[in-house]
Amino acid sequence: MNMVWLIPILPLIGFLINGLGRNSLPKAVSGFIGSITVLASFVLSLLVFMQVKAGNFHQTLHYFDFIRLESFTIPFNFTIDALSSLFLLIITGVGFLIHVYSTAYMHEEDGKDYAKYFAYLNLFVFSMLLLVMGGNFVVMFIGWEGVGLCSYLLIGYWYKNEAYTDAAKKAFIMNRIGDLGFLLAVFWLISKLGTVQYDEVFNAANLAKLTATDITGITLLLFVGATGKSAQIPLYTWLPDAMAGPTPVSALIHAATMVTAGIYMIARSNALFSLAPITQSVITVIGLATALLAATIALRQYDIKKVLAYSTVSQLGFMFLALGTGNYVAAVFHVLTHAFFKALMFLGSGSVIHAMGGEQDIRNMGGLHKHMKITSITFLIGCLAISGIPGLSGFFSKDEILAGTFAHSPLLYGIALFTALLTAFYMFRLYILTFSGTFRGTHEQEHHLHESPNAMTIPLIILAILSVIGGYIGVPEALGGHHELAAFLSPVVKSTTHHLSHNTEYILMAVSTLLVIVSIFIAVFRFRRYSTEQNNVFTKWLENKWYIDELYDAIIVKPIRGFSNFLNQFVEKRIIDDAVNGVGRAVNYGSRQLRWLQSGQVGAYVLLMVIGMLLLFIIQLFL
Amino acid sequence: MGNYFSFPDLLIWLPLVAGIICFLCRKEQSAKTISILASLLVLGVSIASLFYTNDKKYLHFNNVNYIWLKYIGANYFIGIDGTGKLLTLLTAIGFPLVLMSASRTKYVSAPSFYGLLLLTQAGLMGVFCSLDALSFYFFWELALIPVYFLASRWGGEKRIQATFKFFVYTFTGSLLMLIGIIYVYLQTGSRTFVDGTVVAHSFSLSSFYNAALSSKEQFGLFWLFFIAFAVKMPVFPFHTWQPDAYDQSPTPVTMVLSGIMVKMGLFGAIRWLIPMFPAATLRFNEVVIILCMIGIVYASCLAMVQDNLKKLVAYSSIAHIGLMCAALFTLNPVGIQGTMIQLFHHGINIIGMWVVLNMIERQTGIKQISQLGGLAQKAPKLTILFVIVALANIALPLTNAFTGELLMFTGLFQYNHWYAAIAGIGIILSAVYTLNMIQKVFYGEWKPVSNFFPDLSITEKLVLVIIVALVFVFGVYPQPLIDLTKESVNQLLMRLK
Amino acid sequence: MDIKAYIILSLTLFTIGVIGVLVRRNAIIIFMCVELMLNAVNLLLVAFSKMHAMSPAAKALPTFASDAQIFVFFIMVVAAAEVSVGLAIIVMMYRNIHSVDINFLNRLKN
Repeated sequence: MNMVWLIPILPLIGFLINGLGRNSLPKAVSGFIGSITVLASFVLSLLVFMQVKAGNFHQTLHYFDFIRLESFTIPFNFTIDALSSLFLLIITGVGFLIHVYSTAYMHEEDGKDYAKYFAYLNLFVFSMLLLVMGGNFVVMFIGWEGVGLCSYLLIGYWYKNEAYTDAAKKAFIMNRIGDLGFLLAVFWLISKLGTVQYDEVFNAANLAKLTATDITGITLLLFVGATGKSAQIPLYTWLPDAMAGPTPVSALIHAATMVTAGIYMIARSNALFSLAPITQSVITVIGLATALLAATIALRQYDIKKVLAYSTVSQLGFMFLALGTGNYVAAVFHVLTHAFFKALMFLGSGSVIHAMGGEQDIRNMGGLHKHMKITSITFLIGCLAISGIPGLSGFFSKDEILAGTFAHSPLLYGIALFTALLTAFYMFRLYILTFSGTFRGTHEQEHHLHESPNAMTIPLIILAILSVIGGYIGVPEALGGHHELAAFLSPVVKSTTHHLSHNTEYILMAVSTLLVIVSIFIAVFRFRRYSTEQNNVFTKWLENKWYIDELYDAIIVKPIRGFSNFLNQFVEKRIIDDAVNGVGRAVNYGSRQLRWLQSGQVGAYVLLMVIGMLLLFIIQLFL
Repeated sequence: MGNYFSFPDLLIWLPLVAGIICFLCRKEQSAKTISILASLLVLGVSIASLFYTNDKKYLHFNNVNYIWLKYIGANYFIGIDGTGKLLTLLTAIGFPLVLMSASRTKYVSAPSFYGLLLLTQAGLMGVFCSLDALSFYFFWELALIPVYFLASRWGGEKRIQATFKFFVYTFTGSLLMLIGIIYVYLQTGSRTFVDGTVVAHSFSLSSFYNAALSSKEQFGLFWLFFIAFAVKMPVFPFHTWQPDAYDQSPTPVTMVLSGIMVKMGLFGAIRWLIPMFPAATLRFNEVVIILCMIGIVYASCLAMVQDNLKKLVAYSSIAHIGLMCAALFTLNPVGIQGTMIQLFHHGINIIGMWVVLNMIERQTGIKQISQLGGLAQKAPKLTILFVIVALANIALPLTNAFTGELLMFTGLFQYNHWYAAIAGIGIILSAVYTLNMIQKVFYGEWKPVSNFFPDLSITEKLVLVIIVALVFVFGVYPQPLIDLTKESVNQLLMRLK
Repeated sequence: MDIKAYIILSLTLFTIGVIGVLVRRNAIIIFMCVELMLNAVNLLLVAFSKMHAMSPAAKALPTFASDAQIFVFFIMVVAAAEVSVGLAIIVMMYRNIHSVDINFLNRLKN
């Protein structure tokens, strides 16, 4: 346990080495350093995980006092328990695979930028580890903003392109809006409880001190923070734009880890959220709405990464749906499985883009299966997993979410099921259009097509295997398993969903599986022989993302800008400045008028003298 | 120490003497060396003073009291306590950075330039050390005058108007304060000197604290003093001198202005305004907070649409100071503590920003954002250091400003949560304009007319690295600063009871 | 005679003198008006002196309350001195600008 502090420090050291030495280190060395630090952290995380699993203990490690005042103290400490150790594994494990992948993917960058890339990636891993290991909300917030920063740096990695840096800026600012909510919740906690420590806040005695308004307010504000970080309505539009960054970045940050920070936070605070039914309803509705909205948009996207991005938003919506229904374990489970298959698919898309020499439009792809068997097969496994085909990881996690939703409300279940069907549909649309059929690209692209190097395909294979077997830690009792994940997390994460009878569960599983398979077949037949998709009014809306970006621009960006301009032109320049300058001008005018007294006319002086004397006489009469 | 020289003495007289020596220099190089050496010496003294904290009693540590104008009861009474140490440390750290960054530019008649800067430092040190109202006022004006000369001689095209406005505005405020000082002076009790003479009134701090002021008097005096400090800080709506003054002054002067001189205003509030008029403070603090909040949102909005780089940073400074002032006037221990440490952090961060802007202006001669772009291609090291400083300015966690803002916002939230939410909009807007600035100036395609842009020189790198180091050290471990100022916060709060 | 008459006469002469100084442009006329003012004051002084001498208390005083009449001589001396110096200045003025109009004397302007 004494080595726990090394887990985040190792990537930090990697960041420093790569960052400071980027001008001199050869590419192989930077890539190696970047990856080896994460691997080392993974090994340590594994050791921690096994210790936690064996002893099932829950420990807070204190390092120093960050801020110590008389009224409260914010210590800098780590908490090691089931939830954080699980996330540690995900972050370092998937992170390591993505680092290895990046060594090949980013090979065309020159040495300085290559090292910069790995430095940023390591910094990101460091921040994310701080986030999940933090023992109180402030340390979590440090990691929270840190990952936002790294997201900004990495999205804008190719900084010469203005559209990319715009996307990075948008991501950071939307994150910041969410962060304001998070911060307000932290202040609320400090003022009501005088502490931000997890074990103190979630203590039943302390919770009793909070009124219902307090709890609802705090949880809603925390959720606002989560919507920013995990791309829910209304702060989700940055995620699709974030695809401007290199693909491994999209895989790591915008699929597997950073966006799951919101879910982690709510899962960590489940004691608090379980006491706030209003917030939970809000979370449920927003999660489901986001899932549905994003799924509909994904139906009509032509950029391979954008489809995956909207798919991520949609899956995150599912996770929030689970959180809203009190099904915290299912949400965490889905984080795990989603990390596997979404990272897999992003890396697969990176492989495709690499082979296509930078092309990302699926209308120009097709028939890639012949040329890239490994990528294709692993991608297929990913698609099957996300659709929820029985036997693969996605099935277990998604079904658990759906079951929890059904227990909550059959109507919501219906919508959620529909979204799941849409998921299967658009994923297979993506697969068919990319990998099967005939090639629709240019001739030279066709010549260039090749399978990716080992450094890229081996992570794909590993992730594919994980996507298959990853679900078996959460086999529900209905199917004869023990749901080891729930048991593992139980000291920290307590789900509050109702239990359904086994029969209901079987029916639900059967229904969803059948419908999903039907959906897949429809997709396959529809897109097998590809003709240009016709656009009617409705699909035009989908293709343009429901015009939400334009809406935001019109109701938020432009008015604020207009308001600021108004302030600048009118208030600042005219009212205030003129008031001040006006004083100056008034004094000037007055002086000029007074100047006439100095006319030099003797007669005038005498007159003034006489008048003065008269005045003195009169005044003297009265005093 | 103690019998012949005390720390505050050294802090004031070293820069003064060095400044005069600089004036007498003929060559630019010797002036530069003397000034930098002197400022480093001052830094050494200031750091040494940090170790002599055995006697933590307020106002009774490392004091010096010389009789100055005996018959009106004004003494040369200087001393430093927690807050004073913090601010003199800031001044002592800030000036070497300013001087080093200024040394790269060729100034006409440079010896006077450096001499005037050092005189400013002496004045500033005096303000932070004064425990006597008349010496406080004396040093307050003393800090102002060299700045006027610096700005009007070495400034930009519209410097005469800008400095004139700056000078008259600030001076008017100071005159109001003088009226207030004299009024309070006349209400103080008598004082006996060592040799037996008895003076009817006294200017010293303790007698000012104990002056018998009725509530009505306090209300009026509060506003007199507050306007003086509000102009200095500046607080909306007394801020219009600032963007022009920052824009037209030579950048080292702007560093001093925004890094340290604005702290004079806040320091005045901490040391003089609030303790002297507790009843008035309790009555009017809401008004002040509302003014500051309007200032935060207003200045952030304006910063978003500025094309002039220097004005943008000027408006962002108004927003930051607005937050500090609001947190101070919440009269909440957490908030006041946050303001205290943020005094230091903001000074360092904003000096960092100006150092970078200084370099950009010197190399390209352009201040307009619309004419700049793509600097990252030619100066990657500068970009990275600038991004760090900019992120420190928007209070990213693990930077020093985050610790201050966390405490300030907590205090503000405890006072009134809606105010905290509104001030929080400032957080979002600050991210907008800062990132906008970074993107337009550094990323994208190369835009400036000339193609020549060397990356950082050794001196500049040193300056920026020191700043970045301070950013991170205090970002991770701010406790020393909190411990340094804890006593002052307590004393201040006790006055309000 | 009633003292009131003398007072009114003196005031009238004085006022005429003042208005004359303010209104007239010719420097010599202004001098005459100044003389008028001085003589008005003389008249008043003599009148009061005589009035005071007529009252019973004056018999006890050594000077028989004729102080004011002595003072008149002082005023006349001052007037004489002033006229001589003033006329000298007017002569110099005339030599420079060939006029005795005072409106031309504005070199003190600004």
